[in-house]
Amino acid sequence: MNILKKLAFGVSASAMMASGAAAEISDGKVKIGLLTDMSSTYSDLAGPGSIVAAEMAIEDFGGTVAGAPIELISADHQNKADIAANKAREWGDNEQVDVFSELVTTSVAMAVFEIAKQQNKIALVSGAASSPLTGDACIPSGIHWTYNTRALAVGTGSAVVREGGDSWYFLTADYAFGESLQRDVSAVVEAEGGTVVGSIKHPFPSSDFSSFVLQAQASGAKVIGLANAGADTVNAIKAANEFGLVAGGQTIAALLAFITDIHALGLETAQGIQLTTGFYWDLNDETRAWSERYNERTGNMPTMVQAGVYSSISHYLKAVEATGSDDTDTVIAQMRATPVNDFFATNGEVRSDGRMVHDMYLARVKSPSESTGPWDYYDIVRTIPGEEAYGPLSESTCPTK
Amino acid sequence: MNTKIGYAIALAFLLAAPFMVYPVFMMKLLCFALFACAFNLILGYGGLLSFGHAAFFGGASYITGHAIKVWGLPTELGLLVGAGSAAILGYFIGMLAIRRQGIYFAMITLALAQMVYFFFISADFTGGENGLQGVPRGYALGFIDLQNDLNMYYFVLTVFVIGFLIIARAVNSPFGQILGAIRDNEDRATSLGYDVARYKHLAFVLSACLAGLAGATKTVVFQLASLTDVHWHTSGEVVLMTLLGGLGTIAGPAVGAGVIVTLQNYLASGPLGAWVPVVLGSIFVICVLAFRRGIVGELQAFLKRSF
Amino acid sequence: MLTDLLGFPPQVLFGQLLLGLINGAFYAVLSLGLAVIFGLLNIVNMAHGALYMLGAFSTYFLSKYLGVGYWGALLLAPVIVGALGIVIERFLLRRLSGVDHLYGLLLTFGLALVIEGLFIKMFGASGIPYPTPPLLSGGINLGFMFLPYYRAWVVVASLIVCVATWVLFERTKIGSYLRAGTENPKLLQSFGVNVPLLTTLAYGYGVALAAFAGVLAAPITQVSPLMGSNLIIVVFAVVVIGGMGSIIGAVVTGLSMGIVEGLTKVFWPEASATVIFLVMAIVLVLRPAGLFGKTA
Repeated sequence: MNILKKLAFGVSASAMMASGAAAEISDGKVKIGLLTDMSSTYSDLAGPGSIVAAEMAIEDFGGTVAGAPIELISADHQNKADIAANKAREWGDNEQVDVFSELVTTSVAMAVFEIAKQQNKIALVSGAASSPLTGDACIPSGIHWTYNTRALAVGTGSAVVREGGDSWYFLTADYAFGESLQRDVSAVVEAEGGTVVGSIKHPFPSSDFSSFVLQAQASGAKVIGLANAGADTVNAIKAANEFGLVAGGQTIAALLAFITDIHALGLETAQGIQLTTGFYWDLNDETRAWSERYNERTGNMPTMVQAGVYSSISHYLKAVEATGSDDTDTVIAQMRATPVNDFFATNGEVRSDGRMVHDMYLARVKSPSESTGPWDYYDIVRTIPGEEAYGPLSESTCPTK
Repeated sequence: MNTKIGYAIALAFLLAAPFMVYPVFMMKLLCFALFACAFNLILGYGGLLSFGHAAFFGGASYITGHAIKVWGLPTELGLLVGAGSAAILGYFIGMLAIRRQGIYFAMITLALAQMVYFFFISADFTGGENGLQGVPRGYALGFIDLQNDLNMYYFVLTVFVIGFLIIARAVNSPFGQILGAIRDNEDRATSLGYDVARYKHLAFVLSACLAGLAGATKTVVFQLASLTDVHWHTSGEVVLMTLLGGLGTIAGPAVGAGVIVTLQNYLASGPLGAWVPVVLGSIFVICVLAFRRGIVGELQAFLKRSF
Repeated sequence: MLTDLLGFPPQVLFGQLLLGLINGAFYAVLSLGLAVIFGLLNIVNMAHGALYMLGAFSTYFLSKYLGVGYWGALLLAPVIVGALGIVIERFLLRRLSGVDHLYGLLLTFGLALVIEGLFIKMFGASGIPYPTPPLLSGGINLGFMFLPYYRAWVVVASLIVCVATWVLFERTKIGSYLRAGTENPKLLQSFGVNVPLLTTLAYGYGVALAAFAGVLAAPITQVSPLMGSNLIIVVFAVVVIGGMGSIIGAVVTGLSMGIVEGLTKVFWPEASATVIFLVMAIVLVLRPAGLFGKTA
């Protein structure tokens, strides 16, 4: 084994000499390890689509960076943090992977963070939601790219209160994620002068929300905040519709919903819902151009997670190109020093706590008559400045910021 | 005699394994092998299909993680706390479940394990979907740094061998024989004067305890405990491992675990990435239809026929 | 009033009782299907949740590719999925006659993994919307709650199916064969009744019931590959509580567990997912054979 390793090193070392330009690229190539959920709950919002996005990023970069070839390997972590940890560790130890990408669901992102810290590799998180990834659980070489729970809370919470939705009732998934989401939104709602009239914790996962929805209806609150995700959000919205919440004048605020969730619900049911997103394909010419290319390959429009994978990998590759190195500290420093400018973000900033601060968008779901074609789902109501969405760096609890 | 040689070869292989195979992967394999062997105690030797063993495996993995990370217990003690809590949980679940047999037993264990799952998902200390992260590996015997993968591997191997020996000892003892008699003909065992319920209960608790030990060890290896470990799919997976390897054979479940964990690992990064559940399900169906003795069982039958 | 003391006006309780009854209707139809299958094949159909999901998906396919609406699907989807069930019994489960019944459980578990895995692969995990049939959209204000017509229909349809099944089993000749088949298949065979055929039909019927529940669920819950995988564990607990002895037992237990769960959702919502398992544990201590079961 050791002999083999040395041999491999020798071969790649001579390859480096030959190419010259890649003098500082370790082992002669830049390797991206993408871990995602291919076969379970999050496979629609991340999954195969995020691999396509990563491939596009590499192709658009020309397939080589600083003279060295770019390689992508991917694995299905099946939503299991131990499989993710095992793969990441193995990739780091045996495959000379330089950067971990995507990492949907927080348990996976945190497990890979631990490994990235030990091995001093870069971790670019797009799919996971939890704010602590750039707070208590942050690592120096981890970047949280696309969104987080705080940004969603601030975006939706403050906007809805300002529009007059000043009394809230929460349907909260009974586990850490739901509770932290409810806490974040409550803080925002109260800071904006609104009140929280009550909340109900529902088991995770639940299939029938009629009972919870009726209790929310009886509360008389103007806004029903859904502090849950995925199938729970979808089923809660369905029940709310069926029992006439929206018809009765109450508003639903989905605190974590992806365009794939809206797609799965259909506009008939989802119309009028307010949500915050980090990306929408139909924002401007640039987003449309990129999303059309994505659509040609997948038949779908990208979620913010998938767009974020492209953006984060591109930014990483630009930093490698600029410094001519794939050394973790050098590249991270360069990524922080350069603003992120692409179809995904304008003047995005990678902060020292690992947060990529970029503008977020408050969207309202269109009615079927407003929608002009497939995937035409959102009206962008407001652009939320990055600083407002993610909070100032001084508020971050990251110990290494 | 033959089995002794077999064990010697297996042990030699396991001792040398980390130099040939990726050690973290081998550690995971050993944890699941111990889990499957513990499970086999109740299915293969007790004839009771538990569909809720994830509760013990995952439950212990959370308790151990919490004990080491928050209470600051040394690694070995953390493992014992985990295994002990799995035994206690096994005592209560077993008490209810052994009131019924066969498929009822399976459904009851499944339902009770689902209850445990809901407990862990909403309990504060587990971190919900985030999982319990950053559990330190600590030091074995107070001075061997387990952060080193090789040290960790031999630590896990030791745990596995101890667990395996306990199981082998239990199976070959009078206790194991009575258990087998109960499995083959419960009425006869009762009429012979054995307290059938007590034997079953004891086997269940032992199985739960060792399954817990496996889960606890896995927490230390990966430094995390997550909901997957308590989910009922894990209960299903361990049934598959045991069935594939060979029900009621000592080494079978370990072999089955090896095959399944390897498959999961290699399918994950290959072109079949998104097909893992389908592949596992198909293996299940094929095993049940054509291959009921499992790998080791078929091998034994083949050897018997040929020699 | 006790209810007022607890801080919940009676109207709220009525509403929750009604909702519980609606969910109970699903439990009743699903556990009824399990009971029918168990009766003749002696196996626990772990694929029941996956077949329930297939029922919901067939509803969607029928409307998308053949233009068959909800009412047609209500009839056709159970037939289609039931036919699939017959194939499964004939070519897979049949081979397991004579071996331990646990293998039937394992086989159907494997099938469930394959079916759900394939559907995730083909249609994605987040699922597909299916609209409420126009005839039943809207609802009625009962004073204490707004009751969507569709939910009321779910209870009515489930009860019709349950009663029909009861009549089929208790009042017809086929039913008497089926009951005799559960008691003593060999004797029945010797009377010249084709028992294997009977077994196949029983499995097909049980599966069709699961699919029927799937069609009923399609407009209410998201039609998604994993919609049945957690539900089925609750149904197993329901079955253990009732004891798989009788058809009436399955139906009554299903409905009452729905109500118990509904009330828990008001008083202690966090526990609503576990309350049925708790009831199961208590029943096992007091009456191991289940409420309606013959002796263990």
